[in-house]
Amino acid sequence: MANGINYPLDFERPLIELEKKIDELKALSASGSVDFTSEISKLEKKAKKLQTEIFSDLSRWQVVQLSRHSSRPYFLDYVQYLFPEFMELAGDRRFGEDPSIVGGFARFDGRTVMLIGHQKGRNTKENMARNFGMPRPEGYRKALRLMEMAERFGKPILTFVDTPGAYPGIGAEERGQAEAIAVNLEVMSRLTVPIIATVIGEGGSGGALAIGVGNRVLMLENSVYSVISPEGCASILFRDATKADKAADALKLTAKDLKGMNVIDELVPEPAGGAHRDHAKAAENLAKVLRKNLAELAQLSGDELIQDRYQKFRALGVFSEGR
Amino acid sequence: MAWFSKKPRIATAPEPIEAPSRMQGLWAKCESCDEIIYRQELEKNLNVCPHCEHHLPWTARARLASLLDPDSFEEFDKELEPQDPLGFSDSKKYKDRLRSTRKALGENDAFISGVGRIEGKPVSIGCFVFEFMGGSMGSVVGEKVTRIFERAHELKCPAIVFSASGGARMQEGIFSLMQMAKTSAAIARFRNVGKPYISVLLHPTTGGVAASFSWLGDIILAEPKALIGFAGPRVIEQTIRQKLPEGFQRSEFLVEHGMIDAIVHRKELRAKLGQLVTLLG
Repeated sequence: MANGINYPLDFERPLIELEKKIDELKALSASGSVDFTSEISKLEKKAKKLQTEIFSDLSRWQVVQLSRHSSRPYFLDYVQYLFPEFMELAGDRRFGEDPSIVGGFARFDGRTVMLIGHQKGRNTKENMARNFGMPRPEGYRKALRLMEMAERFGKPILTFVDTPGAYPGIGAEERGQAEAIAVNLEVMSRLTVPIIATVIGEGGSGGALAIGVGNRVLMLENSVYSVISPEGCASILFRDATKADKAADALKLTAKDLKGMNVIDELVPEPAGGAHRDHAKAAENLAKVLRKNLAELAQLSGDELIQDRYQKFRALGVFSEGR
Repeated sequence: MAWFSKKPRIATAPEPIEAPSRMQGLWAKCESCDEIIYRQELEKNLNVCPHCEHHLPWTARARLASLLDPDSFEEFDKELEPQDPLGFSDSKKYKDRLRSTRKALGENDAFISGVGRIEGKPVSIGCFVFEFMGGSMGSVVGEKVTRIFERAHELKCPAIVFSASGGARMQEGIFSLMQMAKTSAAIARFRNVGKPYISVLLHPTTGGVAASFSWLGDIILAEPKALIGFAGPRVIEQTIRQKLPEGFQRSEFLVEHGMIDAIVHRKELRAKLGQLVTLLG
């Protein structure tokens, strides 16, 4: 799996170099001249050990980096693996089409579902088109249109969160970025169909939450969800953007942190070494958890679904009532 | 030195009172036109500069007392106190920051709420305390806002919220973010009652507060020249690497772009709210 990972992170580089070596030895062995079988198995053991070492004790900042890994599976990768019949639907019918949010109908276990997800690009050109996964109001209004349509047809909604945040630009402000997000929050809270939101990478603040109000909120193991990026927090509170690692610790933003604080419902395990090392396995893990949660929510009526979602978010907050 | 270039000894105005006394003492200085104003006169004028009509900050308690029918305000949820769910610490521990802010302002958190009357009609009402950590929204603010709508639901009366906030409170991390969903969901429920929610945006309203309950008003009013938007101007400038045009994200800009209903001068706010509550209440 050493091949295919563009721009490895610093802390995974030793592992990737070792794997490269193994691949080279394998190639040599295959060419038939010398037999390296015992060497290879030794190195493979070593690689496995190294992987466990690196990934068993990730710092929060390392998890942030993994959540943004340029080889990490994005929304459309999961679509490819899990929803081959996906039919994309474009546009907000108001102003334009925003490719940083993708949505449309698909089939999952024979059932029609609505899929909506943030989409990042894998290279500069793609990222220019996808605006680095940062939606403008049109993106949120498209998502709203599609969610309301799903409700009309009684289809469950699966959302996939992966954004640095809503785009802070002139046009976005002129067209009501804040209003677009706010309306989604309100409308999602009262839809009569099941909603499952999964953070697959970066859960960047309000721009993430705007498609994240679900009956269930799931997170991939190496994803993050935060009120502000560690860099933003560091530059405001520590007056130093390079202290992002410290800010990540202070914000407690990893999937594990949030599960520990009961803010999210379930963690989706990632393949060893992170989702980017095995997209197919990551998709398989996700499908399993989605299937289970969808089956549970299918038991609830429309009113019960609203009630369930309302109570879930109503209960979030930590304060004391004094006396 | 030639005689005509000598500095005149008496012609210059006396140095204005130093900045720290801007909000205290007998005199105040307008932050817009720099005029020195007798404080009593300013307060009588609802903290609007009598020279340039600039709307200076106005405390939440003074605002509520002045906009509601005399002595009609009854505060609720005063006992709600912030916690430190993340054990957050930057240059200062969040706990210490809370303690010193609470002591300095005599408020538990950045929001005051309760019920009162306007034109004799009951309203469920609340206002941000901007001086309290930039009016940032953590769990207490989110809870109090949510209860405004629950109370309005129960009493079947209009809800009014005055917003002035930099957004979500970083120090409470994900819990702050989730207040956006919680408050917006409460509004969704309140919509069934058939009573109006009037959102009044003050200077400044941005971030997670703008992008949740503040922009969900049936009617959205703003004070003149208030800065209102999702992203703060500095963040936008850093992102697009250019200077923002004059007046960008100000109330006047938002009316022009169809994003709010009307700009209301502070002196007319009481009458306008009364009119709305009478028309729809």
